[in-house]
Amino acid sequence: MGSNGREVEIKVCMGTGGIAAGGAGVLGAFEELLARADIQARIERNCSRHKVGCRGFCARDVLVDVIIDGKRTTYQFIKPEMVQRIVEEHIIEGSSIPEWQVQDDYRAFHDRQVKVVLSDCGEIDPEDIEAYIEGGGYGAVKKALTGMSPEEVIDIVKRSGLRGRGGAGFPTGVKWEAARKQPPGLKYIICNADEGDPGAFMDRSVIEGNPHCALEGMIVAAYAVGATEGYVYIRAEYPLAVERLKGAIAQAREKGLLGKNILGSGLDFDIKVKLGAGAFVCGEETALIASIEGERGMPRAKPPFPVVSGLWGKPTVINNVETLANIPYIIRRGADWFASLGTEKSKGTKVFALTGKVRNTGLIEIPMGMSMRDIVFSIGGGIEGGRKFKAVQMGGPSGGCIPEQHLDVKVDYENLMQLGAIVGSGGMIVLDEDDCMVNVAKYFLNFTQMESCGKCVPCRIGTKRLYEVLDRITNGEGRESDLDLLDELSKDIKLGSLCGLGQTAPNPVLSTLRYFRHEYEAHILDKKCPAKACKALITYHILESACKGCGACMRVCPAGSISGRKKSPHMINKELCIKCGSCFDVCKFKAVLKE
Amino acid sequence: MSETVEKNIKAENAEKLKGICDLHGKEKGSVITILQELQEHFGYVPEEAVNFIADRLEIPKSHFYGVATFYSQFHFKPRGKNIITACCGTACHVKGSERLINILGRELGIPEGQETSEDMNFTLERVNCVGACSIAPVIIINKEVHGKMSTEGITKAVRKLKGGTDGK
Repeated sequence: MGSNGREVEIKVCMGTGGIAAGGAGVLGAFEELLARADIQARIERNCSRHKVGCRGFCARDVLVDVIIDGKRTTYQFIKPEMVQRIVEEHIIEGSSIPEWQVQDDYRAFHDRQVKVVLSDCGEIDPEDIEAYIEGGGYGAVKKALTGMSPEEVIDIVKRSGLRGRGGAGFPTGVKWEAARKQPPGLKYIICNADEGDPGAFMDRSVIEGNPHCALEGMIVAAYAVGATEGYVYIRAEYPLAVERLKGAIAQAREKGLLGKNILGSGLDFDIKVKLGAGAFVCGEETALIASIEGERGMPRAKPPFPVVSGLWGKPTVINNVETLANIPYIIRRGADWFASLGTEKSKGTKVFALTGKVRNTGLIEIPMGMSMRDIVFSIGGGIEGGRKFKAVQMGGPSGGCIPEQHLDVKVDYENLMQLGAIVGSGGMIVLDEDDCMVNVAKYFLNFTQMESCGKCVPCRIGTKRLYEVLDRITNGEGRESDLDLLDELSKDIKLGSLCGLGQTAPNPVLSTLRYFRHEYEAHILDKKCPAKACKALITYHILESACKGCGACMRVCPAGSISGRKKSPHMINKELCIKCGSCFDVCKFKAVLKE
Repeated sequence: MSETVEKNIKAENAEKLKGICDLHGKEKGSVITILQELQEHFGYVPEEAVNFIADRLEIPKSHFYGVATFYSQFHFKPRGKNIITACCGTACHVKGSERLINILGRELGIPEGQETSEDMNFTLERVNCVGACSIAPVIIINKEVHGKMSTEGITKAVRKLKGGTDGK
């Protein structure tokens, strides 16, 4: 301990983003320098340093917090070789390094957020149960298991207004109550961490940043419904999250928070981890159950709902990671506090993955009801490169888009549904004028037609036909009748499919048709792609007056289609050009034109 | 039947397979876990290994086959020494992952429609989303995540990788 209890704390972001940017090296550099005995003695302080999970702004990684006597300084883009200067100038000499610190946009990114689920993410060491407990962690387990009846727990969750964060928005308390009412016996709690939506990484970040809060939610749920066995079904594509989750379960077991007679309450409950094997449809609860049972992950008809007959025919509650991660905070702080956040029908906060063409990409948590404009322009900092906003795609392959004219929509379950989009699991992909909406719809249909499990014919074949129609439109071979065909086929697929995948697969088509019909028409009637994104409908050429003859395009062209002498204008041979766009990207003089 | 299967499996592998059977054989619903462990050990799911386990656990081979073909995680052919994974999530898509994939395929010498180069040095695979969207576009080279990949960046990374394997 340093004298006077003064402390230096260093936090290094080591989520997937932080590690990709070199977080391990940065933490290692701090370890190495601070291990030199004299430093801590010289500054008369104890220097602690540890990893933290995702703090949201991964685009600025490696982010490092230096906290001296409670005063926090945040550095961005830190590399191992920069650590020595931080240690010498800031930690030893006491003067921070302004040019490496985060700027106003970092504060703007965080100022409007309200962190509940993410309140400990990015603050505590995710691999240390003590760090979570120190901040009040597992207080909800203690409070519920030793001081409340299961009915009281369910009542709090119901009154809080918490709805399922996996996308459908079903009231969590109601689900728990239904499972509670099933005859006593073997019951299961499953945490759904099969975050399959492309463009979503909320669950990954929560588990990487604070795995214990999801586990705590599961233990409370088990107590409420009378379950004795739990599973976390998590994607194998998230190796770091899996590792931290397994570690957290082992630590909880050691502490007696999992296992027999938890905290003397009489509750027996333990958790197993099951790795998904790469099937999007397994996010659907009946398919997920089939997958845990070791079968092909194909959904079945409901009812019976899983709360009546789920895993191996037993009553089963399936909640998403974020839903469960809310539970400890609701139990600790009460239903009224939670219900005071958000809108009338959508309570609390929601974590979104804000990505795509915004300046500030990352993980954000906002109260329900914030306007889309605030999210994109205040938190997100607007569109990068000064280009024009086009739309926000929400809810991945099951969702739709919010165009500019609806930017003031207050984001909650009902409002988005009305506009043909969904809250979904929380992927928010911002698109700009360079993104072709037909191409975006095609991207999602390509995804769903591959991921359809094949059980329902309208989904299996219908999504493929939808994809083919979109493909020919983007190739300039669309027919006038295609728009009606897309509309009709979409409606048939929605009606004729058993599970959520098929019922929502046409949404990206319907939504883009609704708001961007003119883009479809431009492709079909004028054979033009207004966003200049569809390869078949564009050509590249070099503007003679702007070309300096530097040869950069010629070197980068994979097809050898560019020729020209040094320092004189180059030319593209359109016969050879494969329209890869490499020349366009590489030209510093804006001499390559795309038309 | 099971004797011929056992003959096709090397002794050390047979031990490993028996271990997998002992560990998971009694568990309910362990087929996916077993397939995952096979892939972890061999790098892919070899037919003989599945036959061996199916015989030993008295689970129909067709059941393993049905499950394995349903999930995109499982591979049925040997894969390259270096695994390059291109993320095709939405964020990566709008930030140009397709272009990176084209460059990778070309530079690594992976034949059209295939995943692995003929010299077995490289496998290029696409995955739906690795959930690192805020640093899109993302390429994973031998389990190491590389974010904000540019066309120049990927070309450099490939050269480095090729230098490494040539040197071996």
